[in-house]
Amino acid sequence: MTTLTKASETSAARENPARRRRRVDRLPYLLLLPCLVVICVLLLWPLGQVVAMSFFRLNNVRQLRGDREWPWVGFGNYAEILGDPFFLTVLRNTVLFAVANVALTMILGTLVGLLLNRLGKRMATFVASCVMLAWATPALTGTIVWKWMFDDTSGLVTWMFNALPDGLSNALFGRADWTGYGWFNSPLLFFSILTLVVVWHSFPFIAVSVLAGLKSVPSELHEAARVDGASSWKVFWRITFPLLRPVFGILVVLSTIWDFKVFTQQFVLAGGTQDRPTFMLSIYSYAEAFSPPPKYGLGAAVAVILTLILLLVTGLYVRMVLKQEEES
Amino acid sequence: MKRGTMVRRVALNGAGLLVALFAAFPVYWMIATSLKPNREIFSATPRPVPAHPTLEHYREILTGNLIPGVTFADFFLNSLLVAVSTVVLSGLVALLAATAVARFRFKLRTSFLIMLLVVQMIPLEALVIPLFLMIQRLGLYNTLPSLILTYLGFSLPFAVWMLRGFVAAVPKELEEAAAIDGASRFQTFRRILFPLVAPGLVATSIFSFITAWNELIFALTFINDQDRYTLPVAMTFFFGRDDTAWGPVMAASTLFALPVIIFFLLVQRRMVSGLVAGAVKG
Repeated sequence: MTTLTKASETSAARENPARRRRRVDRLPYLLLLPCLVVICVLLLWPLGQVVAMSFFRLNNVRQLRGDREWPWVGFGNYAEILGDPFFLTVLRNTVLFAVANVALTMILGTLVGLLLNRLGKRMATFVASCVMLAWATPALTGTIVWKWMFDDTSGLVTWMFNALPDGLSNALFGRADWTGYGWFNSPLLFFSILTLVVVWHSFPFIAVSVLAGLKSVPSELHEAARVDGASSWKVFWRITFPLLRPVFGILVVLSTIWDFKVFTQQFVLAGGTQDRPTFMLSIYSYAEAFSPPPKYGLGAAVAVILTLILLLVTGLYVRMVLKQEEES
Repeated sequence: MKRGTMVRRVALNGAGLLVALFAAFPVYWMIATSLKPNREIFSATPRPVPAHPTLEHYREILTGNLIPGVTFADFFLNSLLVAVSTVVLSGLVALLAATAVARFRFKLRTSFLIMLLVVQMIPLEALVIPLFLMIQRLGLYNTLPSLILTYLGFSLPFAVWMLRGFVAAVPKELEEAAAIDGASRFQTFRRILFPLVAPGLVATSIFSFITAWNELIFALTFINDQDRYTLPVAMTFFFGRDDTAWGPVMAASTLFALPVIIFFLLVQRRMVSGLVAGAVKG
């Protein structure tokens, strides 16, 4: 503000100082206006709307268009969801999946970050480029390729299991012929493959962020600790981790938010919304609302529950970012 | 001691190669499969490298009709139209807002920044239902503008957050000098600030582009007519059939992913700094 006011005072302010000052005060708000309108109309209003919708019985698209009235059901939708034992399955799936994926992503990402920091320059560039490739791949294509690798007749994974010596394969898994094996049939296997796909997609971000953090730590600290005979394990927990604690905090929160609402990968891997035993909150909400018969109100209530869970995590995230902005 | 370091180096490099293989292999396999003739794709022993590389699958998806009268090019154009419109709108609005935040100190500045952060955390998956309602009410159901509008909302918060750094990085003295020389505010903006922020605007645009280009759920829900499908929707449709033709699917996936991968690699550095917002220094 000072720049523009001071600078233009020479010409404009002399003519009409009062008018000039008012314009300076308004300009930033004018510039913000389009952005605020977009955020309010396309993000905040729908967020309020989803809460409102969760209190009505909406089972017909004509109700949405406004042709028919909306019967108020109060907390009826919530009662229906929470009273359904299936909701517990969905909630358990969501939480277990998020916990497992955040843990695996963080561990793998951190290890790769540490590794990149210690590799020679050429090797580090090569590995980092490959890691970037996984990150850059759209979720949709990544999932399709993994699905192809798990194809039950010509998929690479099926071939690899077939290539195991029959005796070993029998002893370990109780079968030697894997052709036609239903990789996606049991929920546990489905979630394992989904985890593989999601971790493959998300560890690069963690690795690159950890690496960026490591580069900012003075290397003398590590060298001094090593000279004193500390093991790598000790160096990490005693020096690296405490210094990078804020980075790790934010990464865990971001990963948690992302892994709680995985949709595309699951939708593509399961081939739609038919596989109910593997439902998680986001796909459950979608299926309630959009697979026939539509139940928009019920779907909205599930979406609200998902949002409330994420709100808790987000509160944590915002507090961390603000603290860091203050510190730096 | 010397032997110890040798062993350690070999172990480190070995681990590096394993990580590289895990990360890059699926992308390689997608491209390799797309170039194999069918008898190699469906053979009992997969070949790591196509023995008889062919472009037949690309020819098939580019010339054949996926649905009567609709080709891959139509889906590609739908996606492109949606993504480019999103980029232009979101870039324009974000630039104005970023200028306000980076160049002015005003009362609600901090509140606005906090709101930007919070809004980015709204689970978009939870907005499918209310936005579906809005699109129905506006009469935009089954039109591409419904998607442009939706993606504008999704990409804007991150775009403002990222651009504000670029605007703040332009030295204020340049604008002061221009103002002293008698340039109007608009002229200062257009002649000084805009050219200097342009690279940042490009980087930001790429992120908006990727957001719009990759999105599946909303496109799946808001579009009904098959000739208006965007690429991701067309691919799930194409792919959801019983006997999966992996050759054409991999060729389509490659064509879909390639622009994103190239763009992404150009700007990934900004991504980290944008997301970790101040946590990572250096």
